[in-house]
Amino acid sequence: MLGIDTECIVGVMSVKHALLGLLESQSRHGYELKHSYDEYFTQDKPLNYGQVYSTLARLLRGGLVEESGVEAGAGPDRKRYAITEAGVTDLANWLTKPEEPAVYLQNTMYVKVVLALLSGREATAVLDAQRTTHLRAMRELTQRKNEGDLTDALICDHALFHLDADLRWLELTASRLDELAERVRAS
Amino acid sequence: MTGALLAAVELHKSFGSTRALAGVSFSIAAGEVVAVMGPSGSGKSTLLHCLSGILAPDEGTVTYDGHELGRLPDAQRSLLRRTDFGFVFQFGQLVPELTCLENVALPLRLAGAKRKIAELAAVEWLERLGVADTARKRPPDTSGGQSQRVAVARALVTGPKVLFADEPTGALDSLSGERVLKAMTDVARASGTAIVLVTHESRVAAYADREVVVRDGRIRVSEWQ
Repeated sequence: MLGIDTECIVGVMSVKHALLGLLESQSRHGYELKHSYDEYFTQDKPLNYGQVYSTLARLLRGGLVEESGVEAGAGPDRKRYAITEAGVTDLANWLTKPEEPAVYLQNTMYVKVVLALLSGREATAVLDAQRTTHLRAMRELTQRKNEGDLTDALICDHALFHLDADLRWLELTASRLDELAERVRAS
Repeated sequence: MTGALLAAVELHKSFGSTRALAGVSFSIAAGEVVAVMGPSGSGKSTLLHCLSGILAPDEGTVTYDGHELGRLPDAQRSLLRRTDFGFVFQFGQLVPELTCLENVALPLRLAGAKRKIAELAAVEWLERLGVADTARKRPPDTSGGQSQRVAVARALVTGPKVLFADEPTGALDSLSGERVLKAMTDVARASGTAIVLVTHESRVAAYADREVVVRDGRIRVSEWQ
């Protein structure tokens, strides 16, 4: 398992919109949707059927998908789902709307560094510990990327660049610790 | 330091009044890939130069495979650098007038190998690094990423025990850099070559088995490996 939870990488993506996107190209059964979702978007933790059907139920209620047929078989009837015009519009809006830039660990790390300085602890140790943890996660992601396919590479790259940004911040903060210590202790 | 192929103990090195290393200890085992990280001017390149015998430390010792580098005669230290150590720098290490094949064959030719044998080995290493198609080209006619892979091939063609790589992808874009790093670490790991990988980039360091951080001439070893 990766040190970083890859579910979080995918977790920022809306399951609702992912299912809409998969339905846009063709109508599908619930189980087909689940398998396509798992194939494209998750590696470690497949989407459970309950989430697929509860999401489809919400999409049906919202008029974003519709039932496009039922196939009778030995087991339960298998419904096919198709995206509606409203669903296509909703999906297009989601696809073109930029995500809110998220603030990652800086706030927590800043509080830790300031508290370490205030309490006379070694703030560098706080930063070093975080760097070690980040780099371990980056090593695991890099290994996974190198052993995986293009989807793995793209998902891992995204996580790697975010971790890299955190590490740059840690490095710069380490270089500014003396200045920060003066300010913290003066106030 | 048990099991270390290359070990440095309490290295000190100054350039005039500038102290580059202030008591650095470091070790690397056979086949291990270790990233040496740190901001610009932290002393990481000086550490690489001391570890590889290019520079002599003011104080401290560097031991390679049971031999203390400082006690070896110059000629023997130079021989060691040619036979047991390989080097990859950021850029500019290939001879522009020679083809890529000739560049890779060069260390073997300098060691006395016949042209045909040296070039056969060079072809094999270019293939292993995925740049066989550059064999007849001169370095200025290849991309930056291809040139660096040729440089890695040249560094590994003699079968070194330790590869010293100083910011090997510093001049490359992300994708080219990634290809060079993957090729370099894959090939080195397959042939049991240890790599001392100097970098200030965490994405590069992530290709290593572990990292050490140099700051103000001192090393901060990760405590929770």
